[in-house]
Amino acid sequence: MTHETHDSCDHCDHHHELVVENIDVRYRAVHALEDVSFSTSCGSCVALIGPNGAGKSTLLKAIAGLMPIGAGRILWRGTSVGKWSREIAYLPQREDVDWKFPITVRGVVRMGRYPNAGWWRPFSKADGAAVDKALEAMGLMDLENRQISELSGGQQQRVFLARALAQEAHAFLLDEPFAGLDRTSKATLAALLRDLASEGRLVVASHHDLDTVKDIYDEVLLLKRKRIAFGAVSEVFTEAHLNTAFGSLADGRKEVA
Amino acid sequence: MIDWLLEPLRHEFNQRALLAALLIGLTNGYASAFVVLKKSALKVGSLSHALLPGIAVAILVAGLQDWSAFLGALFAALLIGLGSLAVSRGSRIDQDSALAILYTAAFSGGIILLRRLEVSQEMDEWLFGNIMGMRDGDLWTNFWISFGALGILTALHRPLLMTLFDAEVAATLGVPVRFLNYLLLAILIVVLISSLQAVGCMLALGLLVTPAATVYLLTDSTNTLFWGGSLLGGIAATSAVFIGWWLNLEQGPTIVLLLGAIFLLAFLFSPKYGLIRHLLTKTANTTIDETRKTQ
Repeated sequence: MTHETHDSCDHCDHHHELVVENIDVRYRAVHALEDVSFSTSCGSCVALIGPNGAGKSTLLKAIAGLMPIGAGRILWRGTSVGKWSREIAYLPQREDVDWKFPITVRGVVRMGRYPNAGWWRPFSKADGAAVDKALEAMGLMDLENRQISELSGGQQQRVFLARALAQEAHAFLLDEPFAGLDRTSKATLAALLRDLASEGRLVVASHHDLDTVKDIYDEVLLLKRKRIAFGAVSEVFTEAHLNTAFGSLADGRKEVA
Repeated sequence: MIDWLLEPLRHEFNQRALLAALLIGLTNGYASAFVVLKKSALKVGSLSHALLPGIAVAILVAGLQDWSAFLGALFAALLIGLGSLAVSRGSRIDQDSALAILYTAAFSGGIILLRRLEVSQEMDEWLFGNIMGMRDGDLWTNFWISFGALGILTALHRPLLMTLFDAEVAATLGVPVRFLNYLLLAILIVVLISSLQAVGCMLALGLLVTPAATVYLLTDSTNTLFWGGSLLGGIAATSAVFIGWWLNLEQGPTIVLLLGAIFLLAFLFSPKYGLIRHLLTKTANTTIDETRKTQ
Protein backbone atom coordinates (compact mmCIF):
# COMPACT_ATOMS: atom_id res chain seq x y z
CA MET A 1 0.00 0.00 0.00
CA THR A 2 1.04 3.55 -0.62
CA HIS A 3 1.28 5.75 2.41
CA GLU A 4 -1.97 7.18 3.58
CA THR A 5 -1.73 10.86 2.75
CA HIS A 6 -5.26 10.90 1.41
CA ASP A 7 -6.70 8.83 4.16
CA SER A 8 -7.75 11.95 5.97
CA CYS A 9 -6.51 15.46 6.30
CA ASP A 10 -4.97 14.73 9.69
CA HIS A 11 -2.05 13.14 7.94
CA CYS A 12 -1.27 16.21 5.89
CA ASP A 13 0.95 18.86 7.34
CA HIS A 14 -1.40 21.78 6.90
CA HIS A 15 -5.00 22.49 7.58
CA HIS A 16 -7.44 22.42 4.66
CA GLU A 17 -9.58 25.47 4.58
CA LEU A 18 -12.67 26.12 2.50
CA VAL A 19 -13.28 29.83 2.01
CA VAL A 20 -16.37 31.19 0.30
CA GLU A 21 -16.02 34.91 -0.34
CA ASN A 22 -18.92 37.17 -1.31
CA ILE A 23 -20.27 34.86 -3.98
CA ASP A 24 -23.17 35.74 -6.20
CA VAL A 25 -25.10 33.23 -8.32
CA ARG A 26 -27.85 33.97 -10.83
CA TYR A 27 -29.78 31.77 -13.21
CA ARG A 28 -31.28 33.93 -15.90
CA ALA A 29 -33.70 36.15 -13.92
CA VAL A 30 -33.36 34.40 -10.56
CA HIS A 31 -30.90 35.76 -8.05
CA ALA A 32 -30.15 32.51 -6.21
CA LEU A 33 -27.31 33.58 -3.93
CA GLU A 34 -26.33 37.09 -2.97
CA ASP A 35 -23.08 38.05 -1.33
CA VAL A 36 -22.63 34.79 0.63
CA SER A 37 -19.45 34.29 2.64
CA PHE A 38 -18.26 31.75 5.17
CA SER A 39 -15.14 29.79 5.89
CA THR A 40 -14.56 26.47 7.55
CA SER A 41 -11.95 23.77 7.60
CA CYS A 42 -11.44 20.03 7.68
CA GLY A 43 -12.70 18.18 10.70
CA SER A 44 -15.91 20.17 10.77
CA CYS A 45 -19.43 19.07 10.00
CA VAL A 46 -21.37 22.03 8.57
CA ALA A 47 -25.14 22.22 8.15
CA LEU A 48 -26.71 24.44 5.50
CA ILE A 49 -30.10 25.46 6.79
CA GLY A 50 -32.78 27.60 5.26
CA PRO A 51 -36.26 27.50 3.76
CA ASN A 52 -36.98 25.95 0.35
CA GLY A 53 -35.41 28.00 -2.40
CA ALA A 54 -32.90 29.55 0.00
CA GLY A 55 -30.04 28.51 -2.27
CA LYS A 56 -28.70 25.54 -0.31
CA SER A 57 -28.36 23.25 -3.33
CA THR A 58 -27.03 26.12 -5.41
CA LEU A 59 -24.31 26.82 -2.86
CA LEU A 60 -23.27 23.14 -2.77
CA LYS A 61 -23.15 23.02 -6.56
CA ALA A 62 -21.15 26.22 -6.71
CA ILE A 63 -18.55 24.78 -4.34
CA ALA A 64 -18.50 21.57 -6.38
CA GLY A 65 -17.76 23.61 -9.51
CA LEU A 66 -21.07 22.74 -11.16
CA MET A 67 -22.39 26.27 -11.19
CA PRO A 68 -20.62 29.37 -12.50
CA ILE A 69 -20.45 32.13 -9.91
CA GLY A 70 -21.09 35.71 -10.95
CA ALA A 71 -19.00 37.46 -8.36
CA GLY A 72 -16.75 36.56 -5.44
CA ARG A 73 -14.57 33.48 -5.19
CA ILE A 74 -14.39 30.05 -3.63
CA LEU A 75 -11.03 28.90 -2.32
CA TRP A 76 -10.08 25.38 -1.35
CA ARG A 77 -6.65 25.12 0.27
CA GLY A 78 -5.89 28.62 -0.90
CA THR A 79 -6.65 28.14 -4.62
CA SER A 80 -9.82 28.84 -6.54
CA VAL A 81 -11.96 25.78 -7.17
CA GLY A 82 -12.16 24.91 -10.84
CA LYS A 83 -14.77 22.84 -12.65
CA TRP A 84 -13.81 19.84 -10.56
CA SER A 85 -11.34 18.56 -8.02
CA ARG A 86 -10.86 15.00 -6.86
CA GLU A 87 -10.54 16.37 -3.33
CA ILE A 88 -14.12 17.63 -3.39
CA ALA A 89 -16.91 15.06 -3.67
CA TYR A 90 -20.47 16.01 -4.55
CA LEU A 91 -23.30 13.73 -3.39
CA PRO A 92 -26.59 14.60 -5.12
CA GLN A 93 -30.07 14.23 -3.66
CA ARG A 94 -31.14 10.63 -3.92
CA GLU A 95 -34.25 11.54 -5.89
CA ASP A 96 -32.11 13.13 -8.62
CA VAL A 97 -30.63 9.75 -9.51
CA ASP A 98 -32.09 7.08 -11.80
CA TRP A 99 -32.00 4.06 -9.49
CA LYS A 100 -33.21 1.73 -12.26
CA PHE A 101 -29.96 2.25 -14.12
CA PRO A 102 -28.40 -1.20 -14.67
CA ILE A 103 -25.29 -0.97 -12.51
CA THR A 104 -24.03 -2.71 -9.36
CA VAL A 105 -23.03 -1.13 -6.07
CA ARG A 106 -19.40 -1.81 -6.89
CA GLY A 107 -19.85 -0.21 -10.31
CA VAL A 108 -21.07 3.04 -8.75
CA VAL A 109 -18.32 3.11 -6.12
CA ARG A 110 -15.69 2.42 -8.79
CA MET A 111 -16.72 5.62 -10.58
CA GLY A 112 -14.84 7.38 -7.79
CA ARG A 113 -11.65 5.98 -9.30
CA TYR A 114 -12.26 7.71 -12.62
CA PRO A 115 -9.81 10.56 -11.86
CA ASN A 116 -7.14 7.86 -11.52
CA ALA A 117 -8.08 5.53 -14.31
CA GLY A 118 -9.17 8.07 -16.93
CA TRP A 119 -11.14 7.39 -20.10
CA TRP A 120 -10.13 3.84 -20.85
CA ARG A 121 -7.23 2.57 -18.74
CA PRO A 122 -8.24 -0.63 -16.93
CA PHE A 123 -8.70 -0.22 -13.19
CA SER A 124 -5.46 -1.02 -11.35
CA LYS A 125 -4.93 -3.08 -8.19
CA ALA A 126 -4.69 0.16 -6.22
CA ASP A 127 -8.09 1.18 -7.63
CA GLY A 128 -9.55 -2.17 -6.60
CA ALA A 129 -8.08 -1.84 -3.12
CA ALA A 130 -9.48 1.69 -2.72
CA VAL A 131 -12.93 0.48 -3.77
CA ASP A 132 -12.73 -2.46 -1.34
CA LYS A 133 -11.73 -0.15 1.46
CA ALA A 134 -14.56 2.28 0.72
CA LEU A 135 -17.13 -0.54 0.57
CA GLU A 136 -15.80 -1.94 3.81
CA ALA A 137 -15.93 1.43 5.58
CA MET A 138 -19.55 1.91 4.58
CA GLY A 139 -20.51 -1.67 5.47
CA LEU A 140 -21.41 -2.51 1.87
CA MET A 141 -19.13 -5.51 1.30
CA ASP A 142 -22.06 -7.95 1.24
CA LEU A 143 -23.95 -5.81 -1.22
CA GLU A 144 -21.16 -5.10 -3.71
CA ASN A 145 -22.71 -7.15 -6.52
CA ARG A 146 -26.26 -6.01 -5.81
CA GLN A 147 -28.11 -3.92 -8.42
CA ILE A 148 -28.61 -0.39 -7.14
CA SER A 149 -32.34 -0.74 -7.82
CA GLU A 150 -32.49 -3.27 -4.98
CA LEU A 151 -31.11 -0.97 -2.26
CA SER A 152 -32.89 0.76 0.58
CA GLY A 153 -32.62 4.53 0.99
CA GLY A 154 -29.98 4.29 3.67
CA GLN A 155 -27.92 1.89 1.58
CA GLN A 156 -28.18 4.21 -1.44
CA GLN A 157 -26.80 7.08 0.62
CA ARG A 158 -23.94 4.88 1.83
CA VAL A 159 -23.12 3.93 -1.77
CA PHE A 160 -22.67 7.65 -2.54
CA LEU A 161 -20.45 8.04 0.53
CA ALA A 162 -18.42 5.02 -0.53
CA ARG A 163 -17.92 6.53 -3.99
CA ALA A 164 -16.66 9.74 -2.37
CA LEU A 165 -14.29 7.69 -0.19
CA ALA A 166 -13.02 5.76 -3.22
CA GLN A 167 -12.43 9.14 -4.83
CA GLU A 168 -10.22 9.97 -1.81
CA ALA A 169 -12.06 13.24 -1.34
CA HIS A 170 -11.32 15.55 1.59
CA ALA A 171 -14.48 17.61 1.37
CA PHE A 172 -17.91 15.95 1.14
CA LEU A 173 -20.78 18.08 -0.15
CA LEU A 174 -24.14 16.39 0.48
CA ASP A 175 -27.51 17.59 -0.74
CA GLU A 176 -30.25 16.64 1.76
CA PRO A 177 -28.62 13.32 2.73
CA PHE A 178 -31.24 12.58 5.39
CA ALA A 179 -34.31 13.21 3.23
CA GLY A 180 -36.62 10.21 3.03
CA LEU A 181 -34.59 7.94 5.32
CA ASP A 182 -36.15 5.90 8.12
CA ARG A 183 -35.13 6.45 11.73
CA THR A 184 -32.47 3.72 11.88
CA SER A 185 -30.85 4.79 8.60
CA LYS A 186 -30.79 8.38 9.81
CA ALA A 187 -28.94 7.36 12.97
CA THR A 188 -26.45 5.27 10.98
CA LEU A 189 -25.83 8.10 8.52
CA ALA A 190 -25.40 10.64 11.32
CA ALA A 191 -22.78 8.42 12.95
CA LEU A 192 -20.97 8.00 9.61
CA LEU A 193 -20.87 11.75 9.00
CA ARG A 194 -19.54 12.29 12.53
CA ASP A 195 -16.85 9.66 11.85
CA LEU A 196 -15.83 11.35 8.60
CA ALA A 197 -15.46 14.70 10.37
CA SER A 198 -13.53 13.22 13.27
CA GLU A 199 -11.14 11.56 10.81
CA GLY A 200 -10.36 15.05 9.59
CA ARG A 201 -12.65 15.43 6.59
CA LEU A 202 -14.89 18.38 5.89
CA VAL A 203 -18.59 17.58 5.66
CA VAL A 204 -21.03 20.19 4.32
CA ALA A 205 -24.66 19.10 4.08
CA SER A 206 -27.95 20.83 3.43
CA HIS A 207 -30.33 19.82 6.17
CA HIS A 208 -34.06 20.04 6.73
CA ASP A 209 -34.76 18.55 10.13
CA LEU A 210 -34.14 21.32 12.69
CA ASP A 211 -34.48 18.94 15.66
CA THR A 212 -31.38 16.89 14.82
CA VAL A 213 -28.97 19.72 13.93
CA LYS A 214 -27.37 19.91 17.36
CA ASP A 215 -26.60 16.19 17.45
CA ILE A 216 -24.92 15.98 14.07
CA TYR A 217 -23.23 19.24 13.17
CA ASP A 218 -20.44 21.45 14.53
CA GLU A 219 -21.24 24.56 12.53
CA VAL A 220 -24.32 26.01 10.89
CA LEU A 221 -24.76 28.32 7.92
CA LEU A 222 -28.23 29.85 7.98
CA LEU A 223 -29.14 30.85 4.49
CA LYS A 224 -31.97 32.66 2.80
CA ARG A 225 -30.48 33.78 -0.50
CA LYS A 226 -28.15 35.87 1.65
CA ARG A 227 -26.19 34.65 4.62
CA ILE A 228 -28.18 35.13 7.80
CA ALA A 229 -25.66 33.72 10.23
CA PHE A 230 -22.67 31.41 10.34
CA GLY A 231 -20.79 29.92 13.24
CA ALA A 232 -20.76 27.18 15.86
CA VAL A 233 -24.11 25.50 16.39
CA SER A 234 -24.42 26.81 19.93
CA GLU A 235 -23.98 30.43 18.78
CA VAL A 236 -25.90 30.46 15.54
CA PHE A 237 -28.69 27.97 16.02
CA THR A 238 -30.83 30.37 18.05
CA GLU A 239 -34.48 31.23 17.90
CA ALA A 240 -33.77 34.77 16.77
CA HIS A 241 -31.70 33.62 13.79
CA LEU A 242 -34.18 30.91 12.87
CA ASN A 243 -36.95 33.47 12.92
CA THR A 244 -35.06 35.56 10.40
CA ALA A 245 -34.52 32.55 8.16
CA PHE A 246 -37.95 30.97 8.33
CA GLY A 247 -40.20 33.95 9.03
CA SER A 248 -41.22 32.76 12.45
CA LEU A 249 -39.98 29.64 14.15
CA ALA A 250 -43.44 28.14 14.30
CA ASP A 251 -43.88 28.52 10.54
CA GLY A 252 -40.43 27.11 10.01
CA ARG A 253 -41.17 24.01 11.99
CA LYS A 254 -44.41 23.48 10.18
CA GLU A 255 -42.62 23.61 6.87
CA VAL A 256 -39.94 21.28 8.11
CA ALA A 257 -42.44 18.73 9.33
CA MET B 1 -35.51 -28.00 -49.14
CA ILE B 2 -31.90 -27.16 -48.27
CA ASP B 3 -31.52 -25.72 -51.74
CA TRP B 4 -34.53 -23.53 -51.20
CA LEU B 5 -33.22 -22.37 -47.82
CA LEU B 6 -29.79 -21.52 -49.18
CA GLU B 7 -31.02 -20.07 -52.43
CA PRO B 8 -30.76 -16.44 -51.26
CA LEU B 9 -27.00 -16.87 -50.87
CA ARG B 10 -26.56 -17.57 -54.57
CA HIS B 11 -27.37 -14.02 -55.58
CA GLU B 12 -24.75 -11.39 -55.25
CA PHE B 13 -27.24 -8.70 -54.22
CA ASN B 14 -28.39 -10.97 -51.41
CA GLN B 15 -24.86 -11.51 -50.19
CA ARG B 16 -24.39 -7.77 -50.13
CA ALA B 17 -27.70 -7.32 -48.35
CA LEU B 18 -26.70 -9.87 -45.71
CA LEU B 19 -23.37 -8.22 -45.10
CA ALA B 20 -25.04 -4.82 -44.86
CA ALA B 21 -27.71 -6.19 -42.49
CA LEU B 22 -25.02 -7.67 -40.27
CA LEU B 23 -23.01 -4.44 -40.08
CA ILE B 24 -26.06 -2.27 -39.54
CA GLY B 25 -27.61 -4.65 -37.03
CA LEU B 26 -24.47 -4.96 -34.92
CA THR B 27 -23.77 -1.22 -34.85
CA ASN B 28 -27.34 -0.09 -34.32
CA GLY B 29 -27.85 -2.76 -31.67
CA TYR B 30 -24.81 -1.59 -29.73
CA ALA B 31 -25.71 2.09 -30.07
CA SER B 32 -29.32 1.36 -29.09
CA ALA B 33 -28.15 0.68 -25.53
CA PHE B 34 -27.12 4.32 -25.29
CA VAL B 35 -30.48 5.48 -26.63
CA VAL B 36 -32.33 3.35 -24.08
CA LEU B 37 -30.16 4.41 -21.13
CA LYS B 38 -30.32 8.05 -22.23
CA LYS B 39 -34.11 7.74 -22.61
CA SER B 40 -33.83 9.79 -25.78
CA ALA B 41 -35.72 7.61 -28.27
CA LEU B 42 -38.13 10.42 -29.17
CA LYS B 43 -35.36 12.89 -29.86
CA VAL B 44 -33.48 10.40 -32.00
CA GLY B 45 -36.73 9.64 -33.82
CA SER B 46 -37.21 13.29 -34.67
CA LEU B 47 -33.67 13.51 -35.97
CA SER B 48 -34.16 10.43 -38.15
CA HIS B 49 -37.00 12.23 -39.90
CA ALA B 50 -34.78 15.24 -40.36
CA LEU B 51 -32.47 13.16 -42.56
CA LEU B 52 -34.90 13.07 -45.49
CA PRO B 53 -35.06 16.79 -46.30
CA GLY B 54 -31.28 16.92 -45.95
CA ILE B 55 -30.91 14.27 -48.61
CA ALA B 56 -33.43 16.02 -50.85
CA VAL B 57 -31.55 19.31 -50.68
CA ALA B 58 -28.21 17.59 -51.19
CA ILE B 59 -29.50 15.89 -54.34
CA LEU B 60 -30.90 19.18 -55.58
CA VAL B 61 -27.58 20.96 -55.06
CA ALA B 62 -25.00 18.31 -55.89
CA GLY B 63 -26.86 15.45 -57.56
CA LEU B 64 -27.10 11.94 -56.13
CA GLN B 65 -23.72 10.61 -55.06
CA ASP B 66 -22.52 8.47 -52.21
CA TRP B 67 -21.23 11.37 -50.20
CA SER B 68 -23.76 14.04 -51.08
CA ALA B 69 -26.73 12.21 -49.56
CA PHE B 70 -24.66 11.35 -46.49
CA LEU B 71 -23.46 14.90 -45.91
CA GLY B 72 -26.88 16.37 -46.61
CA ALA B 73 -28.50 14.07 -44.07
CA LEU B 74 -25.85 14.83 -41.46
CA PHE B 75 -26.13 18.54 -42.03
CA ALA B 76 -29.94 18.52 -41.80
CA ALA B 77 -29.94 16.54 -38.55
CA LEU B 78 -27.42 18.92 -37.00
CA LEU B 79 -29.32 21.96 -38.23
CA ILE B 80 -32.62 20.74 -36.80
CA GLY B 81 -31.05 19.54 -33.54
CA LEU B 82 -29.29 22.84 -32.95
CA GLY B 83 -32.26 24.81 -34.27
CA SER B 84 -34.56 23.23 -31.70
CA LEU B 85 -32.06 24.14 -29.00
CA ALA B 86 -31.99 27.73 -30.21
CA VAL B 87 -35.80 27.96 -30.29
CA SER B 88 -36.18 26.50 -26.80
CA ARG B 89 -33.50 28.80 -25.35
CA GLY B 90 -34.86 31.87 -27.09
CA SER B 91 -38.56 31.43 -26.32
CA ARG B 92 -40.96 29.75 -23.91
CA ILE B 93 -41.40 26.75 -26.24
CA ASP B 94 -39.79 23.59 -24.81
CA GLN B 95 -37.22 21.68 -26.82
CA ASP B 96 -39.42 18.68 -27.64
CA SER B 97 -42.11 20.92 -29.13
CA ALA B 98 -39.49 22.91 -31.02
CA LEU B 99 -38.01 19.69 -32.36
CA ALA B 100 -41.44 18.44 -33.47
CA ILE B 101 -42.24 21.69 -35.27
CA LEU B 102 -38.91 21.84 -37.06
CA TYR B 103 -38.69 18.22 -38.13
CA THR B 104 -42.26 17.87 -39.39
CA ALA B 105 -41.90 21.10 -41.38
CA ALA B 106 -38.55 20.01 -42.81
CA PHE B 107 -39.86 16.50 -43.52
CA SER B 108 -42.81 17.91 -45.45
CA GLY B 109 -40.49 20.09 -47.47
CA GLY B 110 -38.30 17.06 -48.15
CA ILE B 111 -41.23 14.99 -49.45
CA ILE B 112 -42.40 17.74 -51.77
CA LEU B 113 -38.90 18.32 -53.05
CA LEU B 114 -38.00 14.64 -53.53
CA ARG B 115 -41.10 13.97 -55.63
CA ARG B 116 -40.00 16.66 -58.06
CA LEU B 117 -36.38 15.56 -58.38
CA GLU B 118 -35.21 13.33 -61.22
CA VAL B 119 -33.88 10.38 -59.23
CA SER B 120 -34.33 6.70 -59.88
CA GLN B 121 -35.28 5.85 -56.27
CA GLU B 122 -38.94 5.55 -55.45
CA MET B 123 -40.31 7.49 -52.49
CA ASP B 124 -40.81 4.16 -50.73
CA GLU B 125 -37.11 3.52 -50.76
CA TRP B 126 -36.36 6.74 -48.90
CA LEU B 127 -39.04 6.06 -46.35
CA PHE B 128 -38.72 2.31 -45.83
CA GLY B 129 -35.36 1.40 -47.33
CA ASN B 130 -34.16 -1.00 -49.98
CA ILE B 131 -31.48 -3.26 -48.70
CA MET B 132 -31.33 -5.17 -52.00
CA GLY B 133 -30.22 -1.99 -53.73
CA MET B 134 -26.91 -1.86 -51.79
CA ARG B 135 -23.91 -1.09 -53.95
CA ASP B 136 -20.28 -1.77 -53.04
CA GLY B 137 -19.80 1.89 -52.18
CA ASP B 138 -22.72 1.77 -49.73
CA LEU B 139 -21.21 -1.29 -48.08
CA TRP B 140 -17.90 0.44 -47.60
CA THR B 141 -19.59 3.51 -46.15
CA ASN B 142 -21.43 1.21 -43.77
CA PHE B 143 -18.29 -0.60 -42.84
CA TRP B 144 -16.39 2.56 -41.95
CA ILE B 145 -19.33 3.99 -40.00
CA SER B 146 -19.69 0.77 -38.01
CA PHE B 147 -15.96 0.58 -37.41
CA GLY B 148 -15.70 4.21 -36.29
CA ALA B 149 -18.88 4.27 -34.21
CA LEU B 150 -18.19 1.00 -32.39
CA GLY B 151 -14.57 2.00 -31.87
CA ILE B 152 -15.36 5.35 -30.31
CA LEU B 153 -18.31 4.11 -28.26
CA THR B 154 -16.40 1.19 -26.75
CA ALA B 155 -13.31 3.31 -26.10
CA LEU B 156 -15.35 5.96 -24.29
CA HIS B 157 -17.66 3.49 -22.60
CA ARG B 158 -16.66 4.43 -19.06
CA PRO B 159 -17.08 8.23 -19.20
CA LEU B 160 -20.19 7.87 -21.38
CA LEU B 161 -21.90 5.60 -18.87
CA MET B 162 -20.94 7.91 -16.01
CA THR B 163 -22.45 10.82 -17.92
CA LEU B 164 -25.67 8.91 -18.57
CA PHE B 165 -25.97 7.73 -14.96
CA ASP B 166 -25.45 11.10 -13.31
CA ALA B 167 -24.07 13.95 -15.38
CA GLU B 168 -23.46 16.25 -12.42
CA VAL B 169 -21.45 13.78 -10.39
CA ALA B 170 -19.58 12.77 -13.53
CA ALA B 171 -18.69 16.42 -14.06
CA THR B 172 -17.34 16.74 -10.50
CA LEU B 173 -15.11 13.75 -11.21
CA GLY B 174 -13.62 15.44 -14.26
CA VAL B 175 -15.67 13.82 -17.03
CA PRO B 176 -16.16 16.25 -19.97
CA VAL B 177 -19.91 15.84 -19.83
CA ARG B 178 -21.00 18.41 -22.37
CA PHE B 179 -18.48 17.24 -24.98
CA LEU B 180 -19.51 13.61 -24.53
CA ASN B 181 -23.22 14.45 -24.86
CA TYR B 182 -22.61 16.17 -28.19
CA LEU B 183 -20.28 13.42 -29.35
CA LEU B 184 -22.82 10.73 -28.49
CA LEU B 185 -25.59 12.56 -30.35
CA ALA B 186 -23.33 13.03 -33.38
CA ILE B 187 -22.45 9.32 -33.43
CA LEU B 188 -26.11 8.33 -33.09
CA ILE B 189 -26.97 10.52 -36.08
CA VAL B 190 -24.21 8.96 -38.18
CA VAL B 191 -25.38 5.47 -37.18
CA LEU B 192 -28.94 6.44 -38.18
CA ILE B 193 -27.70 7.54 -41.57
CA SER B 194 -25.88 4.25 -42.04
CA SER B 195 -29.13 2.32 -41.79
CA LEU B 196 -31.03 4.69 -44.07
CA GLN B 197 -30.38 2.68 -47.23
CA ALA B 198 -31.49 -0.52 -45.54
CA VAL B 199 -34.59 0.45 -43.60
CA GLY B 200 -35.34 4.04 -44.64
CA CYS B 201 -35.79 7.09 -42.47
CA MET B 202 -39.18 6.01 -41.10
CA LEU B 203 -37.89 2.72 -39.71
CA ALA B 204 -34.29 3.56 -38.81
CA LEU B 205 -35.42 4.46 -35.32
CA GLY B 206 -36.68 0.90 -34.73
CA LEU B 207 -33.22 -0.53 -35.27
CA LEU B 208 -31.72 2.09 -32.98
CA VAL B 209 -34.04 1.43 -30.03
CA THR B 210 -35.56 -2.06 -30.05
CA PRO B 211 -32.49 -4.32 -29.71
CA ALA B 212 -31.20 -2.93 -26.39
CA ALA B 213 -34.73 -2.24 -25.14
CA THR B 214 -35.40 -5.97 -25.56
CA VAL B 215 -32.19 -7.01 -23.82
CA TYR B 216 -32.93 -4.46 -21.07
CA LEU B 217 -35.92 -6.63 -20.11
CA LEU B 218 -33.66 -9.65 -19.74
CA THR B 219 -30.53 -8.46 -17.95
CA ASP B 220 -29.19 -6.15 -15.26
CA SER B 221 -25.65 -6.18 -16.58
CA THR B 222 -24.53 -3.20 -18.63
CA ASN B 223 -22.07 -5.25 -20.66
CA THR B 224 -24.79 -7.73 -21.60
CA LEU B 225 -27.02 -4.80 -22.51
CA PHE B 226 -24.51 -3.44 -25.02
CA TRP B 227 -23.17 -6.64 -26.53
CA GLY B 228 -26.51 -8.44 -26.26
CA GLY B 229 -28.17 -5.54 -28.06
CA SER B 230 -25.48 -5.71 -30.72
CA LEU B 231 -25.86 -9.48 -31.15
CA LEU B 232 -29.66 -9.27 -31.26
CA GLY B 233 -29.50 -6.47 -33.83
CA GLY B 234 -27.10 -8.47 -36.01
CA ILE B 235 -29.06 -11.72 -35.79
CA ALA B 236 -32.45 -10.10 -36.34
CA ALA B 237 -31.27 -8.05 -39.31
CA THR B 238 -29.60 -10.98 -41.10
CA SER B 239 -32.47 -13.38 -40.35
CA ALA B 240 -34.91 -10.85 -41.73
CA VAL B 241 -33.04 -10.77 -45.04
CA PHE B 242 -33.51 -14.56 -45.33
CA ILE B 243 -37.12 -14.49 -44.16
CA GLY B 244 -37.89 -11.65 -46.52
CA TRP B 245 -36.51 -13.64 -49.43
CA TRP B 246 -38.27 -16.89 -48.55
CA LEU B 247 -41.66 -15.31 -47.91
CA ASN B 248 -41.31 -12.56 -50.50
CA LEU B 249 -41.56 -9.72 -47.96
CA GLU B 250 -39.87 -6.33 -48.03
CA GLN B 251 -36.62 -6.76 -46.11
CA GLY B 252 -36.47 -3.37 -44.39
CA PRO B 253 -39.86 -3.61 -42.67
CA THR B 254 -39.20 -7.31 -41.97
CA ILE B 255 -36.11 -6.41 -39.92
CA VAL B 256 -38.04 -3.97 -37.74
CA LEU B 257 -41.10 -6.21 -37.48
CA LEU B 258 -38.95 -9.16 -36.41
CA LEU B 259 -37.28 -7.00 -33.75
CA GLY B 260 -40.70 -5.88 -32.56
CA ALA B 261 -41.88 -9.51 -32.29
CA ILE B 262 -38.80 -10.48 -30.27
CA PHE B 263 -39.40 -7.49 -28.01
CA LEU B 264 -42.98 -8.63 -27.45
CA LEU B 265 -41.74 -12.09 -26.41
CA ALA B 266 -39.29 -10.55 -23.93
CA PHE B 267 -41.99 -8.22 -22.64
CA LEU B 268 -44.29 -11.16 -21.97
CA PHE B 269 -41.92 -13.90 -20.88
CA SER B 270 -38.86 -12.24 -19.32
CA PRO B 271 -38.15 -14.22 -16.14
CA LYS B 272 -37.49 -11.11 -14.06
CA TYR B 273 -39.18 -8.15 -15.75
CA GLY B 274 -41.85 -9.84 -17.91
CA LEU B 275 -45.55 -9.08 -17.80
CA ILE B 276 -46.51 -12.66 -16.92
CA ARG B 277 -44.01 -12.78 -14.07
CA HIS B 278 -45.34 -9.43 -12.90
CA LEU B 279 -48.94 -10.64 -12.94
CA LEU B 280 -48.03 -13.92 -11.21
CA THR B 281 -46.26 -12.16 -8.34
CA LYS B 282 -49.20 -9.81 -8.03
CA THR B 283 -51.70 -12.69 -7.87
CA ALA B 284 -49.46 -14.54 -5.43
CA ASN B 285 -49.37 -11.48 -3.19
CA THR B 286 -53.14 -10.99 -3.33
CA THR B 287 -53.68 -14.66 -2.52
CA ILE B 288 -51.42 -14.34 0.49
CA ASP B 289 -53.31 -11.22 1.55
CA GLU B 290 -56.65 -12.98 1.15
CA THR B 291 -55.45 -16.02 3.09
CA ARG B 292 -54.38 -13.67 5.85
CA LYS B 293 -57.74 -11.95 5.83
CA THR B 294 -59.69 -15.20 6.09
CA GLN B 295 -57.51 -16.44 8.92
